[in-house]
Amino acid sequence: MTGFDFPGLLAFWGKRSDDILTLVGEHLLVVAIALLLATVIGVGVGLLVWNSPVGRSLAVTSAAVILTIPSLALLAAMIPLFGLGWVPTLIGLTLYSLLPIIRNTVVGLREVSPAIMESATGMGLAPGAVLLRIQLPMAWPVIVTGVRVAAQLTIGIAAIGAYVGGPGLGQMIFQGLSSLGSKNALNYALTGTLCVIILALIVDGLFTLITRYTTSKGLRA
Amino acid sequence: MTDPTTDTGGSRILGGRPSEATIRTTTTITTVKNTSGAHIELKNVNKVYGDQAVAAVENFSMNVNPGELVMFVGPSGCGKTTTMKMINRIIEPTSGSITVDGREVLSLDPNELRRHIGYVIQQIGLFPHMTIAENISVVPKLLGWSKEKTKNRVDELLSVVQLDPRTFAGRYPKQLSGGQQQRVGVARALAADPPVMLMDEPFGATDPITREKLQVEFLRLQETIGKTIIFVTHDFDEAVRLGDRIAVLSDRSKIEQFDTPANILRAPANDYVASFIGHGAALKRLALIPLHDALLGRAADARGTASVVETDSLRDALDLLVLTGLPAIAVTDAAGRTVASVSVEQISAELGEDSGGLPERSEARS
Ligand SMILES: Nc1ncnc2c1ncn2[C@@H]1O[C@H](COP(=O)(O)OP(=O)(O)OP(=O)(O)O)[C@@H](O)[C@H]1O
Ligand SMILES: [Mg+2]
Repeated sequence: MTGFDFPGLLAFWGKRSDDILTLVGEHLLVVAIALLLATVIGVGVGLLVWNSPVGRSLAVTSAAVILTIPSLALLAAMIPLFGLGWVPTLIGLTLYSLLPIIRNTVVGLREVSPAIMESATGMGLAPGAVLLRIQLPMAWPVIVTGVRVAAQLTIGIAAIGAYVGGPGLGQMIFQGLSSLGSKNALNYALTGTLCVIILALIVDGLFTLITRYTTSKGLRA
Repeated sequence: MTDPTTDTGGSRILGGRPSEATIRTTTTITTVKNTSGAHIELKNVNKVYGDQAVAAVENFSMNVNPGELVMFVGPSGCGKTTTMKMINRIIEPTSGSITVDGREVLSLDPNELRRHIGYVIQQIGLFPHMTIAENISVVPKLLGWSKEKTKNRVDELLSVVQLDPRTFAGRYPKQLSGGQQQRVGVARALAADPPVMLMDEPFGATDPITREKLQVEFLRLQETIGKTIIFVTHDFDEAVRLGDRIAVLSDRSKIEQFDTPANILRAPANDYVASFIGHGAALKRLALIPLHDALLGRAADARGTASVVETDSLRDALDLLVLTGLPAIAVTDAAGRTVASVSVEQISAELGEDSGGLPERSEARS
C-alpha cells in the first residue's frame, strides 16, 4: 500500500461528490424506513406483550436471538427468499432494530407507577385507554431511546447490506475493499467509512431533537 | 358520550334523584337542598384475597346517607382501603352486595360506574405528561362534555381548591408543591360532579401544617357540595375534625363503633375504641362544641379584656381561661358585643352532660 495521499482524497471527493451524496441519501433512507417499520412493529409487539410474563420474555428473547446472528449470515440467508437489493437489506435492518425497541417499550410501559395506573382505572378509563392515553405517552421518551439505539446499530449494519446488493455507503466500502491496490481503493473505503460515522453522529443529534419535541414538557427532566 | 343524562353534571348516572337531607345545625333543623350525594349501602360484604385463609373484610354492613362524610379509621392492615375500593370495584368483593342509590354496583359497567365516583388516593396519581387542566379534564372528556363546558369547569374547580387558574391550569404536576398537587387531585376527582367521593388518606403525604390547611378547606368545600364521601384515614384527630360519622374498624374491617365524633368521644363502645381515641378525649370533645351551644354565664360576670367569639369552641375558651387565669371571660357575637361569659365550671358542666348540650352534628341526617 502506498502512503496516504490527502490531496488525492480531496480530489476524489471533488470528483465523486454526486455519487457520495446519492449513497449517503440511500443509506439514510434505508435506515429510516427500517426504523419506521421496526418502531411500528416493535411498539405494537410491546403494547401486546407488556403485561404478560410469557409473551414478554418470548418477544424479548426472540428479538435478542435475532441480534446475535452475524449480519453477514442473516443477509446471506435472505437471498434465496427475497433476492438481492433493497428488500433483504430493509428486512435485515428491521429485524435488528426490534430488540432495543421492544425492550424499551415493555420497560417504559411497565415503569408507570401503580398509583398512576390505579388513579387512571379509578377514573373510569378502560384498560386500552389507560395503555394508549397514559402509559404510552409516559413511556415515550424510553421508547425513543430504544429507537435511537436501533438507529446507531442499523447505520453501521446497513453498510453490510451492500453484500446483498443493498443501497447505501456499503457499496463504496465494498468497492474499495474489493479493489485493494488500485489507485482509489483507499479513498473509496475511507470515504464510505467516514460518511457512516458522520451520519451516525448527525442522526444521534437528530434524536436529541426528536426526543425533545415529541415528549411532553411534564416528563422532561 | 354514552349516557345523555351525564351532561347534567353527572350526578344522576346511578339512577338516584338528587336527594334532600336534613341536618341539625347548631340551633335549628335545616334542609340542605340538592345534596348531590348518593345513598350507599354495603350488605354482608366479604373480601378474601387469593387463597388467603382469613378474610381482609368480613361481613361488613353499613349505610351511608346522602351527603354524609363518613370516616374509616383503624390500624394499618385492618381493611379500610379494601372496604372502600370495593365500592368503585377497584377491588371486587368475594360476596355481598353494594348499592349506590339503590343500584347494585356489581351489575354496572365498572368504567361507567367509576366515572361517577370521585377517587382520590394518597399518592395522588396525577398524570405527569398532562397539564393540570388536562388532568382535570380527563373524566369530562370521557363523558363527552364540550370544550367550553370542560374549560369552564376546570377554571371553576381550580378556584374552588384555591389555585389560580391563570397560574396553574397550564402547569405540569411536577411544577406544583405536594399540597398543590393534593388539591389538584381533589379537583380532578370532583371534575364531573360525582355524587360519591372515595378518598384514601388524601392528605396523608403532606406535612402537618399543609394537612390542617387542606382539612379546613376541604370541610368548607364539603359544606357547599354535600357529596357522599367515604374518607379513609388512620389519624383519629383527622376523623374527629372532618367526619359526620366515624367508623372505628379493627381487623377484618370489623366495625367496633359507628357514630358521630361527639358520641364516640363521650361514650367509646369498648376498650378498643377507647384506646384508639387516646389521651385527651375531653379536650377533643370540647373542640367540637361551639360556645353558642353551651350553657353560658351572664355577660356581667366576664372579667378582664380577653374574649372569645361565640362561634369559637369550648376548647378555645378553655385555652384562654387557662392562659389568663381569669375566673370567667367574655363571649362576644360576630359584631363584637359581649353577649355572655364563660368559666371553667361551665365548660366542665358541658362535658358532664350525657346528652342535650352536645352537638350531634349529623346523626340527625336522614
Ligand atoms: N392485593 C392484595 N393481595 C393480598 N392481600 C392484600 C392485598 N391488599 C391488601 N391485602 C391484605 O388485606 C388486609 C387489609 O388491607 P388494606 O389495604 O385494606 O388495609 P388498610 O386498613 O387500608 O391499611 P393501611 O392503613 O396500612 O393502608 C391486609 O392484611 C393486607 O395485607
Ligand atoms: Mg390503606
